[in-house]
Amino acid sequence: MNRIEKVFQNLKQNNEKAFVPYIMAGDGGLDTLAEKITFLEKSGATAIEIGIPFSDPVADGPVIQQAGIRALQAGTTLRGVMAKIAEIRPIVHIPIVFMTYMNPIMAYGIGNFIADASKAGVDGLILPDLPAEEEEIIAPIAERSGIEIIRLVTLTSPIERIQEIAARGKGFLYAVTVNGITGARKGFNEELGKHLEMVKEVSPIPVLAGFGISEPSHVEEMNRHCDGVIVGSKIVDLFESGDLDGIEALIAASKAEKIKL
Amino acid sequence: MTVTYTLPDERGHFGEYGGRYVPETLMQAILELEEEYKKARADKSFQAELQALLKDYVGRETPLYYADNLTKYAGGAKIYLKREDLNHTGAHKINNSLGQALLAARMGKRKIVAETGAGQHGVATATACALLNLECIIFMGEEDIRRQQLNVFRMELLGAKVVGVKSGSATLKDAVNEALRYWVTNVEDTHYILGSVMGPHPFPMIVRDFQSVIGNETKQQYLEKEGKLPDAVVACIGGGSNSMGMFYPFIKDKSVRMVGVEAAGLGTDTEKHAASLTKGSPGVLHGALMYLLQDEHGQIQEAHSISAGLDYPGVGPEHSYLKDSGRAQYESITDEEAMEALKLLCKLEGIIPALESSHAVAYTLKLAPQMKKDEGLVICLSGRGDKDVETVRARLGGEGK
Repeated sequence: MNRIEKVFQNLKQNNEKAFVPYIMAGDGGLDTLAEKITFLEKSGATAIEIGIPFSDPVADGPVIQQAGIRALQAGTTLRGVMAKIAEIRPIVHIPIVFMTYMNPIMAYGIGNFIADASKAGVDGLILPDLPAEEEEIIAPIAERSGIEIIRLVTLTSPIERIQEIAARGKGFLYAVTVNGITGARKGFNEELGKHLEMVKEVSPIPVLAGFGISEPSHVEEMNRHCDGVIVGSKIVDLFESGDLDGIEALIAASKAEKIKL
Repeated sequence: MTVTYTLPDERGHFGEYGGRYVPETLMQAILELEEEYKKARADKSFQAELQALLKDYVGRETPLYYADNLTKYAGGAKIYLKREDLNHTGAHKINNSLGQALLAARMGKRKIVAETGAGQHGVATATACALLNLECIIFMGEEDIRRQQLNVFRMELLGAKVVGVKSGSATLKDAVNEALRYWVTNVEDTHYILGSVMGPHPFPMIVRDFQSVIGNETKQQYLEKEGKLPDAVVACIGGGSNSMGMFYPFIKDKSVRMVGVEAAGLGTDTEKHAASLTKGSPGVLHGALMYLLQDEHGQIQEAHSISAGLDYPGVGPEHSYLKDSGRAQYESITDEEAMEALKLLCKLEGIIPALESSHAVAYTLKLAPQMKKDEGLVICLSGRGDKDVETVRARLGGEGK
């Protein structure tokens, strides 16, 4: 069983919600990666989403765009990140998920990338420019190597499509909470709760909400309707400003739901 | 080469190229667009409306002009110019903008977003939106805004909102990124009028079809004048829309050589060029698998060309396919060669071509002398050079007088 499936099985048994933070690899230098990951694990993260910088990230807002530019300027490459993950994998116990665009993977070579990612201990892949229509270019080979494709569903996906996409995966389903790109939002569409519950109803795998979640109150709100949250831009921001307490507060908010149940 | 050609396939692929590499949020919109486009294509009243506008508003058909002086100068094949520069707004871009704006109105989408490089697609789209009373927002790189001040003003005069893009190289590639981000955020009431044969399926097919009027007219006109098909057609390539529009109707006519001319900038042996097919490799950008200028790690590189319209690090998926299959031939021309060709066409024919189109003229000067005198070729003169006069003047200093 893949590490992702295992952690979600444990969460379910303990009636807990997931919290998956995103960090941009190489932002602040690759040497800070191990420190950030171990801090997040210690603070209670369920899994870590590691962004690989790409020059043209069309699904990302200003915060992650800037983090990507900083990482590229620091000389970050997919090969470098891969080597670093392989090196630190023994001290990290939670699942590691790569988030990147198709082109860096294609330049690496899809077969080589999957082989190396599997060896390095990568558990999943989030590819925002790979909809279901194109996934056969990588999904079969990834899944044969035990790497889960984490699929996205959005507010514009019809229910039949959500059902079909959800049925393909074994890890978790990434429910995008806004029409738009990554980055903090003040509030969400009032229909969002209903949408998430509908997604959860048709999904055989856990449903995590992501995009725009930036406050402890958002975390608590989302967790009422699904199995956990993914927080990206806000975590990048908090690391950038050195506000580790802010990160702990966000993760702690994901544990609050258990008390209420 | 078989005589049938039915690409793209139902999944929007041209061989391995093309496809729909877009965020899930956009999938519903592009699936709907494909459905609606299929209906519109078969709808006689839609086609009649478009034809009427192309005739009375755009000024089609455009002439196929026999360039006698240029032919004598080159000393080989007869050279014809397909005069897309005579279209309303001064380039071929209006063929596509108008078609897509009609399509948007048909889908009930009253808001339009578009990207622009030199500003030609932006001006054409702002024009179509003014005509059809659609709201229009155009993303344009800050660097291009600086180079093309007058086109920015034109778009604003036509009622469009022009938004500057500072990210990346602040040119066309970054304007596309920003237009895509805007579309993801506003997809429910907004249509994206992509300006070239790129992006996710169905855009490469839609833009090609709307631009095919160029090749269709050329074929008919050449037959009338010469009683046969041309031996070659030559067109410049940035994203590849005027060339695809010229090539597509000739794909099954094996005797017609199709030549696409990329921008070699300062030279393809330097890092300052935009020759994606000549020097690039396949990858995914802006929704499609296509040839790209990229480094070994898959980061997209900045393109360079003296002509803002060719200044893009990718080339449409169908061209990528035609290159691999060998059906079309791709060459490149430097900034300097394009500038010489521009001056030459001014002096010999009294036509100021766009810097983009000058690349096609420059390659023709190499090709025509190798062909027989009883052979003939057509250059797609995709746009007029008025927009480039400042650039040319700055480049020539006093020398051009």
